Amino acid sequence: MDFPSFYMDHLAGGRLIIGLIASLHVLINHPLAVGAYPLLTWMEWWAHKNNRPDIDQLAYRITFIVFIVTTTVGAMTGVGIWLSTSLFAPFAIGSLLRVFFWGWFLEWFVFIAEVVLICWWFLSWKKADTPEKKKKHIKIGVALSIMSWLTMALIVAVLGFMMKPGEWNQTRAFLDAMTNPLYAPQLGFRTFFALMTAAVFIWFSAFFFTKTTSVGDDRPRRLRRWIVYRMSHVVLVSLVGVLLFGTWYWNNIPETMKANSSVALLTQDFMSWHGQFQSLLGWTVIAFVIIGLGGLSDLFTMPRWALLIPSFMGIWLLGHFERAREFMRKPWVIGEYMYSNGIHKDELAFLQSEGLLKHATYVKHREVTDANKVECGKDVFMLACSRCHSTTGLNSVLDKFTAMYGGDKPWDPTGMTLFIKGMHQTRTYMPPFPGNEKEAEALVAYILQLREKPETLHGAQTEGIVIAPPIKQSNLAATAER
Amino acid sequence: MNLLAATPIPRDLPLPLPVPEWLLVVCLVVFFLVHILFVNLMVGGSLIVVALEWMGLKNKRWDALAHEVAQTITVNKSLAVVMGIGPLLCINLLYTMQWYSANALTGHAWLMIVPLVTVAFLLTYLHKYTWDMWTSGGKKTLHQLTGLGAALLFLFIPLIFLANVNLMLFPNEWEKVKGFFSSLSIGNVLPRYLHFMAASVAMTGLFLAGWFGRRSADLSHLDGFTRPELRRLFYKVCAYVTLAQFVLGPLLLFTLPAAGITNELYVIIFSGAAVGLLTVWVLFGELKRDDSRIGSRYWLIVALFSIVVLGMGSGRHVYRQAALAPHQAEIKERTERYAAALAEFNKNLAAAPAPTEQTAEQLFMNCAACHAPKVKLVGPSLTEIAQIYAGNPDGIVAWAKAPGKKRPELPQMPPFAHLGDASLRKIAELMLEKGQAAK
Repeated sequence: MDFPSFYMDHLAGGRLIIGLIASLHVLINHPLAVGAYPLLTWMEWWAHKNNRPDIDQLAYRITFIVFIVTTTVGAMTGVGIWLSTSLFAPFAIGSLLRVFFWGWFLEWFVFIAEVVLICWWFLSWKKADTPEKKKKHIKIGVALSIMSWLTMALIVAVLGFMMKPGEWNQTRAFLDAMTNPLYAPQLGFRTFFALMTAAVFIWFSAFFFTKTTSVGDDRPRRLRRWIVYRMSHVVLVSLVGVLLFGTWYWNNIPETMKANSSVALLTQDFMSWHGQFQSLLGWTVIAFVIIGLGGLSDLFTMPRWALLIPSFMGIWLLGHFERAREFMRKPWVIGEYMYSNGIHKDELAFLQSEGLLKHATYVKHREVTDANKVECGKDVFMLACSRCHSTTGLNSVLDKFTAMYGGDKPWDPTGMTLFIKGMHQTRTYMPPFPGNEKEAEALVAYILQLREKPETLHGAQTEGIVIAPPIKQSNLAATAER
Repeated sequence: MNLLAATPIPRDLPLPLPVPEWLLVVCLVVFFLVHILFVNLMVGGSLIVVALEWMGLKNKRWDALAHEVAQTITVNKSLAVVMGIGPLLCINLLYTMQWYSANALTGHAWLMIVPLVTVAFLLTYLHKYTWDMWTSGGKKTLHQLTGLGAALLFLFIPLIFLANVNLMLFPNEWEKVKGFFSSLSIGNVLPRYLHFMAASVAMTGLFLAGWFGRRSADLSHLDGFTRPELRRLFYKVCAYVTLAQFVLGPLLLFTLPAAGITNELYVIIFSGAAVGLLTVWVLFGELKRDDSRIGSRYWLIVALFSIVVLGMGSGRHVYRQAALAPHQAEIKERTERYAAALAEFNKNLAAAPAPTEQTAEQLFMNCAACHAPKVKLVGPSLTEIAQIYAGNPDGIVAWAKAPGKKRPELPQMPPFAHLGDASLRKIAELMLEKGQAAK
């Protein structure tokens, strides 16, 4: 990666921050935007058709929550994914922007439409006081629902592409990336998941707006009954979709792993995950089924807290889903094109032969000597490892070697060097070491010093940058001739 | 010369731009101006609201006006965010190596944009939707503080963007930067900031003159004001602040580092300033008109301002283009040199005779990191393995393809099925041999 390295040591480079921002964004986007807009529009339409101002009022109040949350935290976490990725993986986002320019450009226009429509829809709600105006107002809601689904449909293409670029590696064409093999199942899964969780969200928030205010007035209770009955239908129907698309998606993953991985093999970590996900999916489905069926019943009212159970399980499931998506991408950040540390597939052998430091810009030295070994190792760590590992914090290299060589014994530098050079064979989710022999030794020297004297590694945002003198012209000519 | 040596010349990403450069430049300049217009209205609006609400403590009519202005901010702020995506997309593509580097060098601040803007937006909503409740409920001070909090955030956040836009222009200074605050001492961030803030207030003034001045405007909440009065008030804000720009503008221009100064830039900026002068003249002329006619030249003024803004925006780009031209050229050269060396290497690699089959010793390197002849490294030693599998190399092959977990004290071995049966068999035989020998 030929950019100054932004790095937060204790957070495994800062990847965790992208993860947190992205998860928060998805958790707002799916239930509160993609899923909620169509359901709320439907409520507005139903209220208009059956002359039920109480239902209209309820839809308006829930839309207020949706409006506030989506136009603040929702919008900013969306931008935040981009801003944080620009810091942690500029090589990846920079490449994706060049490949997916039209997709993103289109996404931008759809996104503008979505923002304009949500402002228009919510802020003009109370002004639609005649049947004609109301009809027009409902149409704004319909347009909004379509636009918000479209933003998701476009961005899912990018996500799917990063996992399995399909034909793109040969053709570098935008449409090929868009029709990658995981696209349809992922989009279907997310759509139904959004509707299902939105129904639970509307159901849950309806409790706050349907409190009984005076004894004998059972209108709030009947309104609550109305919404619960309908939302439980939505939960049950969407659940079928979630299950179908989830299974389709999940069955595609092992094959994708095989296709993406240079070795036809699933790692142990992944196998155990696969099992975990299946049982989690099972329990989540059961939780939603119980809620859905309970909502249909006239005999009792589902207590409010009960809705939190499937909600939290849904969050957990979605988290797992996103984590698996990230995991199966490894060792690539763009499948078969760029490794997770920003090294291109076609430059790997070159760098292994020439050395990583020689062609880097933001390093202290270009050649490893006995005197600068540890300093070189630090730069190698920053270039080759720091996008996933920390020195002493989360997912730290020290922990990894402690697990292998033990915490109480001395570590053998020769064995460690051997391991680093061959680790992509035993840890197939890790990219191959992209430097020469001396740089592998320098990295080991740095890790061993870290073990002796654990020290936080600072990124460019606090330490600034160091630039080694450029390679001498004569050396370069020699390289070109060779 | 020393200074030159410290300029980082990184390698660009080896992917072509997806669209012609000129198109990206046009998009960048135009979309940026649209974005910054809404940012102006958001920032300027929140400052004006704070001032008006404070004036409202003495005379209620100002409070009512502040409330009406506050209604516009929440929409403008949503548009400011969404309109920012396009220019960000363009600048990422046009100046990939400079833009991301500036982001990384001011990384903590860059990341703080997300929570800071979120909080500012939430405060803006809180301020808007609690207006009547808190004003009549005796919580006016709290309400004012909420508005002030949002305004202060809006005063600070643009500084982060300005620091990046400024820092990207001067790669030869990057080595001096140690974090966001130190980046503020490079280039001319402060004059840029003052110019931007003044523009925010002026543009908001112009917008509000039109917003309240339009025939369909609902002024029923603004008993204390007539339409011409509101027009005049916000015209005044726009006129006097724009007058101040004739001090702040030159301050910005003459503090610009020499890197991108060209005659072309002077021509564009001074032409823009000339139209600006004309605009101010028309604006003050408008202010002199009586109530029945004030506002009739609104769209003329808007058109003139658009020309000025387009001129300044183009000048800004011309400066950037000139300042970064040498750096861009050097990056291009380095990228091409690297690509050529890489292509040469890969050509030779492909031409080289296909690698002969790996020897057992070479294959064993896959195992040597964990299995040593006599000592237990990560897994059991070779002597131990040789005892267990004496005369049974296929047993080792079978285990290596699907290892289980036998020893609780050791980490589980990863599977090696990808090496293939033939290679695994070779390794197994070598292991047994080595294990016997080491005994």
